[in-house]
Amino acid sequence: MKDVITAKDVKLSYGSYEALHGISLNFHEDELTALIGPSGCGKSTFLRCLNRMNDDIENINITGKILFEGQDIYSPKMDLVELRKEVGMVFQQPTPFPFSVYDNIAYGLRIAGIKDKELIDQRVEESLKQAAIWRETKDNLKRNAQAFSGGQQQRICIARALAIRPKVVLLDEPTSALDPISSSEVEETLMDLKRKYTFIMVTHNLQQAGRISDQTAFLMNGNLIEAGKTEEMFIAPKKQITSDYLNGRFG
Amino acid sequence: MKAKNTDKIATWVIYWLVAIVVLILAGILGNILWTGLPHLSWHFLTSEASSYQAGGGVRDQLFNSIYLLILTTIISFPIALGAAIYLSEYASDNWFTSLIRTTIEILSSLPSIVVGLFGYLLFVVQFGLGFSIISGALALTFFNLPILTSNMEQAINGVPQSQREAGLALGLSNWKTIRGIVLPAALPGILTGLILSAGRIFGEAAALIYTAGQSGSTVNYSNWNPFSPTSFLNVMRPAETLAVHIWKVNTEGIIPDATVVSAATSALLVIVVILFNLGARYLGNKLYQKLTAAKAK
Repeated sequence: MKDVITAKDVKLSYGSYEALHGISLNFHEDELTALIGPSGCGKSTFLRCLNRMNDDIENINITGKILFEGQDIYSPKMDLVELRKEVGMVFQQPTPFPFSVYDNIAYGLRIAGIKDKELIDQRVEESLKQAAIWRETKDNLKRNAQAFSGGQQQRICIARALAIRPKVVLLDEPTSALDPISSSEVEETLMDLKRKYTFIMVTHNLQQAGRISDQTAFLMNGNLIEAGKTEEMFIAPKKQITSDYLNGRFG
Repeated sequence: MKAKNTDKIATWVIYWLVAIVVLILAGILGNILWTGLPHLSWHFLTSEASSYQAGGGVRDQLFNSIYLLILTTIISFPIALGAAIYLSEYASDNWFTSLIRTTIEILSSLPSIVVGLFGYLLFVVQFGLGFSIISGALALTFFNLPILTSNMEQAINGVPQSQREAGLALGLSNWKTIRGIVLPAALPGILTGLILSAGRIFGEAAALIYTAGQSGSTVNYSNWNPFSPTSFLNVMRPAETLAVHIWKVNTEGIIPDATVVSAATSALLVIVVILFNLGARYLGNKLYQKLTAAKAK
């Protein structure tokens, strides 16, 4: 199995406080990896290292290596804009821009320099279909994206991330701000898409991780405790503490 | 029982205090409009101010006020916008930026007569611009910048951080995120701030007395050459505004109908400022709806 992203001994500290104590983890192509763990364990922080969203935090220090397709993303030669085109991101709160649905999806494409109107139209439709939101938006493409429901907004954001054809999409608790119905819609969308894209998802919802992920990584207090195939880990975790967490004894 | 009584008394006191505020405001506004409105006529709006006889109008003063407002806005808007973007998006929290913020706060409470005298010394005397529209516009820019900047900074800060992150995560550069996402989202707030400050500029007198001057030169509204001394567009001519006109007819004026003229001018000023405020609300709401689209088509 090909690894798209390889993290080697990633340590991160804010000033003198170390939040991640050396995490090594491989992410396989066209799989969905779930990062689970109690609140404050560093899973979101780790996720945001993968597209360098932590760069702007003051006094931050990141060591170790993160390779995206063999390239060190923290090397000075790395172009941030290029990296984020390859590694997209969807956040906990839906973040549609205050434009129409169409412009939301087309925005990244236009920035990427695509001018051909037909190609943009085609990509917009394709991305909305992929994110399973085409049916609800096709007659309302000119409507402001912020006027849709939370679940719809989140799928519009997924479509927006997919439109620029990334290799990897990072999902930071994509369903935790949504109601159960919207949440299951987003889950189904991810199930359909995970054969075409590599997803890395932070989630608090263990059932969700069990349902849709191929690989699961369990983090605690800034350490990677255990990682492996989801079925194996959920049925027979190697460590007692993983088993305790999965069984709801803490967290 | 005791708690109930105290509550009753407190409620009554609060109602009375509110009533006093409302009465004072309504009294002032009502008085200005009541005494001024009957004298507001088409003739008053379209004829020149007279120096000796009764029956003069405020045509030039009205135009000067609007012209000064437009010039001031053109000069101060880009500067304030740039400063606001810097403060909210780029500035980190250190002694330098807190110095800037403190300076802005102090400047925004600077008495306008001080701004006027400063403008007189710097623009009128030092730069040799004389009593002119441009001197007035520059002084008003100084007067206006602090408040405009902090209004805009607030509007930009009001855009959720998640929007910026979403832009950056999409591969947009910092500047593209600001220009393409943050500014459009902050636009309603920015516009409201701009129009509200316009109301302040429009009614300002003290900062203009020593900069734009108190005399109206002969103005020709069909002369479109801004370099001609009689053109209405010439920025080097002295220009009395509505607010300065009120001050002048009441202090040095020798026209017999000074009370009538100042009453009507006051009413005109108040009406224009009210229109600005209503306009700001309407436009802000409209844009907010359009951009955040509670009800867009």
